[in-house]
Amino acid sequence: MAEIRLRNIAKRFGDYQALHSIDLTIADREFMVLLGASGCGKTTLLRIIAGLESPSEGEVWIGDKRVDDLPPRERGISMVFQNYAIFPHLTVFDNIGFGLKMHRLPQKTIRERVHRTAKMMHIEQLLDRYSGQISGGQRQRVAVARALAMEPDVILMDEPLSNLDALLRLEMRAELKGVLAQSDTTAIYVTHDQIEAMSLADRISVMHRGKIVQSDSPVHLYRYPADRFVAGFIGNPPMNILPATPIGDGRWQVANREFEGPRVDAKNIEFAIRPEDMHLADEGIEGRVQVVEPLGPHLLLTCDVAGCPFRATVDNDHAVNPGDIRYFAPQPDRIRWFDPLTDLALA
Amino acid sequence: MSGDMRLASRYLYGATIALLTIWVLVPLGLLLINTLSSPEAVNAFPKRFWPEFDLGSLRFFAGFDGMIDALFNSIWVAGLTMVLSILIGAPAGYALSRFDFPGKETFRLLVLLTRAFPLPLLALPMAIAFIRLGIDDTIFGLGLVHTMLALPFAVLITFSLFSGIPIELEEAAWTLGCTRFGAFCRVVLPLILPGITASAIFAFVISWNEVFAAAVLTIENRTLTAFLLQNLDTSPLHLKFAGGFILVVPALVFIFAVRKYLFAMWGIANR
Ligand SMILES: Nc1ncnc2c1ncn2[C@@H]1O[C@H](COP(=O)(O)OP(=O)(O)OP(=O)(O)O)[C@@H](O)[C@H]1O
Ligand SMILES: [Mg+2]
Repeated sequence: MAEIRLRNIAKRFGDYQALHSIDLTIADREFMVLLGASGCGKTTLLRIIAGLESPSEGEVWIGDKRVDDLPPRERGISMVFQNYAIFPHLTVFDNIGFGLKMHRLPQKTIRERVHRTAKMMHIEQLLDRYSGQISGGQRQRVAVARALAMEPDVILMDEPLSNLDALLRLEMRAELKGVLAQSDTTAIYVTHDQIEAMSLADRISVMHRGKIVQSDSPVHLYRYPADRFVAGFIGNPPMNILPATPIGDGRWQVANREFEGPRVDAKNIEFAIRPEDMHLADEGIEGRVQVVEPLGPHLLLTCDVAGCPFRATVDNDHAVNPGDIRYFAPQPDRIRWFDPLTDLALA
Repeated sequence: MSGDMRLASRYLYGATIALLTIWVLVPLGLLLINTLSSPEAVNAFPKRFWPEFDLGSLRFFAGFDGMIDALFNSIWVAGLTMVLSILIGAPAGYALSRFDFPGKETFRLLVLLTRAFPLPLLALPMAIAFIRLGIDDTIFGLGLVHTMLALPFAVLITFSLFSGIPIELEEAAWTLGCTRFGAFCRVVLPLILPGITASAIFAFVISWNEVFAAAVLTIENRTLTAFLLQNLDTSPLHLKFAGGFILVVPALVFIFAVRKYLFAMWGIANR
């Protein structure tokens, strides 16, 4: 049983506030992904959970124990470091078996587990090598194997696949998901790759400037971004955002069209729609096509809508040329509204 | 044109190297030739250019009254210096590389500044202090002084050694079940052991070669350098050669063995 609860965690490095009041509960056996741009505090949060950094404020609970004052080795965690941290004076075998040896497991168990995890990570043939004799990607896999071999309650992974080539990454991603699904391990996985996050996570926490802005299942996060940052960050190309002015009675003027929107008393709000949630129609939002990019099954159109950039992906059987005027009909249930003052989504 | 220049600079380079090599090797060669020759040959004229491989001079050296005692004193003092400077210097180097504390930069500077005071300036007050403490003319007392001389190097060498080991390695060991001390022993120590050895040897050599403090602070228990200095005007030529040889050889061998780490300390990459 290893539920992780973070209560009001803050972290300051001198004057710099790296984390602001983080509240997060990660369920037992959940696969949680921390997603955010470089420097947003992902590693710092992970290190606080691991006990390598102490929070300036707040509490860390693992299972039913408060672990703030416990050293890393008593927290039941293992960690994959962003820069691997493979012991250079030990062979790959001894690296993977290091923690097991520390926990005084019998030789036979150690050997079995090392071979099993090495096989899983496709590094069996490297067991006798030293870290200086293997590639960066192989080192990364050794680091993951070393953490997995511990069969910990909680595994913390800091961008563990960042150095693999695209193909191997895809493969390891599936492998990792499979392995962790079969185990009783709670996983926290840091990445700045949203595709990776989507494909692995039970739940994604999007971080921005030291705050968690939204924690949700991948689909929910994609469909219902809680604020403008998430809307722009998740999805490629990002969500389109257009200004909306009130007509009254919950109706809003967006470019040349009127839409049913939230009943709020505001001068301006913002209308948002994903590029793939529209189709070409006889009437709709009017846009002048500027760029046409064929992307296999789709065409990605970059248009100008009332002076704002606007993207739409449409079926590739349409003949669209730059300079055309086209009309885009949004799927009504996929429209989102944001308050430009708070950046938050309006219900 | 530029070819000529390059040729000229190549010659200059070669000549400089040759000159430096001669500068170092000729005295060493003379030491070797004369040490391995009989006293008669050493004192004769013209000088030889090839050793006789006669152990007469060395035998005379060993038989000289007090010489063997001085040799052992030197070994003891240097050994003590080596142990003390590592025991004190390595933890200081570790702290400098791993912890943030107020005054850290000042401390680093002060460590170096200890070498800014000329020893003769310190020798008299130190001699008086030692007499008061009752550790004058002892191996321990001299060992303390030599430790003071070697310590800055020990601190700085170990500091750069520890800094070269990513903290993540230790952290990884902590998450894998090690205590702080356990991680140090299992991960850091094996990685820096060669460097620590080098730094220890360097401390040994500093003490082994030191003459001023040794001459001022000891009377009965002289080290080899102090003893040779004391007998400089009375001792025969072959004794001087043999003494010089015995002094130079360990220093030379040790420095050669640890040169890589000394380069590292001076910031010269050699890979
Ligand atoms: N020891 C430290 N002292 C001062 N500032 C720090 C320290 N560690 C991290 N920071 C700062 O805290 C912020 C968050 O750092 P962190 O390493 O958690 O980012 P990250 O989200 O992991 O980024 P990346 O994706 O690039 O690894 C950064 O702005 C960083 O400069
Ligand atoms: Mg990071």
